[in-house]
Amino acid sequence: MNKIVKNIKEALNLCGIKDGMTISFHHHLRNGDNVINMTVNALQELGIKNLNLCASSLFQVHSPIISAFDDETITTVESGYIGGDVGVAISNGKLKNKAVFRSHGHRPSDIKSGKIHIDVAVIAAPTSDDMGNCSGKFGKSACGSLGYAMADAQYADKVIVVTDNLVSYPLCDFSIPETQVDYVVCVDSIGDPEGIVSSTTKITRDPAGLRIAKFAVDCIKNSGLLKNGFSFQTGAGGASLAAAMYLKEIMLKENIKGSFCMGGITGYIVDMLEAGCFETLFDVQCFDLRAVESLKNNPRHKEVSAEHYASPTSKSCIADKLDVVILGATEIDTDFNVNVHTNSQGIIMGGSGGHSDVAAGSKLSIIVAPLIRARLPVIVDRVNCISTPGKTVDILVTQRGIAVNPAKKDLAERLKASGLPVFDIEALKNIAEDFSGKPEPVERGNKIIAEVLYRDGTVIDEIMNYCG
Amino acid sequence: MIKISQNAFAGTLESSDCLVTITPNESNEVNFEINSVVFKQYGNSILKAAQNTVKKFDISGADIKIQDMGAFDCVIEARVETAIKRALKGAK
Repeated sequence: MNKIVKNIKEALNLCGIKDGMTISFHHHLRNGDNVINMTVNALQELGIKNLNLCASSLFQVHSPIISAFDDETITTVESGYIGGDVGVAISNGKLKNKAVFRSHGHRPSDIKSGKIHIDVAVIAAPTSDDMGNCSGKFGKSACGSLGYAMADAQYADKVIVVTDNLVSYPLCDFSIPETQVDYVVCVDSIGDPEGIVSSTTKITRDPAGLRIAKFAVDCIKNSGLLKNGFSFQTGAGGASLAAAMYLKEIMLKENIKGSFCMGGITGYIVDMLEAGCFETLFDVQCFDLRAVESLKNNPRHKEVSAEHYASPTSKSCIADKLDVVILGATEIDTDFNVNVHTNSQGIIMGGSGGHSDVAAGSKLSIIVAPLIRARLPVIVDRVNCISTPGKTVDILVTQRGIAVNPAKKDLAERLKASGLPVFDIEALKNIAEDFSGKPEPVERGNKIIAEVLYRDGTVIDEIMNYCG
Repeated sequence: MIKISQNAFAGTLESSDCLVTITPNESNEVNFEINSVVFKQYGNSILKAAQNTVKKFDISGADIKIQDMGAFDCVIEARVETAIKRALKGAK
């Protein structure tokens, strides 16, 4: 049996690609990915129309696909995160149908149940053998975990592996098995390593960011959750990394042995594993080269699927075992609803990723954000888009002070008693507006260009077009 | 009334700052051009801050361009004031 096909176009033909189908991609190659652009280009050349692009995330590097919105090769997009010019194009009404946002945990849930039916999955694989046993741990385009691609490989009708490092059979340490793969295509380059993983992820040096990180860790310390068995997730942003650094100091000083860290893994979290702060790292995606190396070499650093990470309909998932998560926000409102989908103008610039999953699953969810960014107060009366509902958000930490969700009275009392600057969220909002002035409302368009699904399947919000 | 006769600028294009540029024009008016990353939310406020600052000086014949990266009103006022003072340096 031969699965090797000479190019993507031929593989798509062999898969029986037709108008109106759903084609899926994963995003571990992040802002260095070539595979989506190559595939969409092939689809345009084949003249296929009305496709549903089901990509776990889209970044600035994918801006060439906007031409496929224009010629209606792609008329629907389903994703967890849409950044850069692609988000702007959708906000400007370039996509024929509504875009659909799901969280990273919700996506595999809907793939498994058949609510998303993938006709063809394209797996960008940094290393594969000729039968499609593939991995992200090896090769010049190594990205580490392939966690987001696993549901696609398992449930799609047809699966194409695209690699730039074809090795002889068998690739022993595979993440996706040959049993799920129909065709293997070898290309010159699946991506630009510079954009796939950064060689260095940096802790912020901004004093406001450091103060936010310090407050966040003080909240964790005084929450009562920081003890043996502690579990944690944080992002790769500068303030989140600084929080991990402060947390590591406390855990080492007080000899606290955590159980696991979930991520989005960076070198700083690898340091915490190696220093003995945690027993295990669960990794759905590597953010830097140290994380890739650790995943490859350390048996306590374990690759997991998006379903295992956070699916609301799996029999159980890691997100539900988290004690504390630190998350970001572009806006938060006085009901603690968080927006990570749009900017202050209402233009799509991101998405939930796992934000709403882990906010719901964790015992304590902390939002870290500067009180004001370029004059705009982070706290608003009503967020432009609800990404994560306020009932799952516990604390907002800014450099000027901390606000606790009124539903968590005990927590507020604990933090106040420890001397932390705890305010009503309205009071924090007033502090910001004393500096900035009250922003005038931004007019929204009248056409729905995207809907945001919550992890229970309900439409939690709709995003309107941008009227320039 | 002092007519602006030379170019001047103040400020930077860093986040939360603004760059104010003054150039002489042929009229007796002071015209404003505002580009701001928060124009929708704060455009009116920026214009008011700039106009109030200009009123403190007895000047005419200038185009004032403000490239705003999200500066507070007090920063807008300070940058406009400094740019005007620089434009007036040596003027009679």
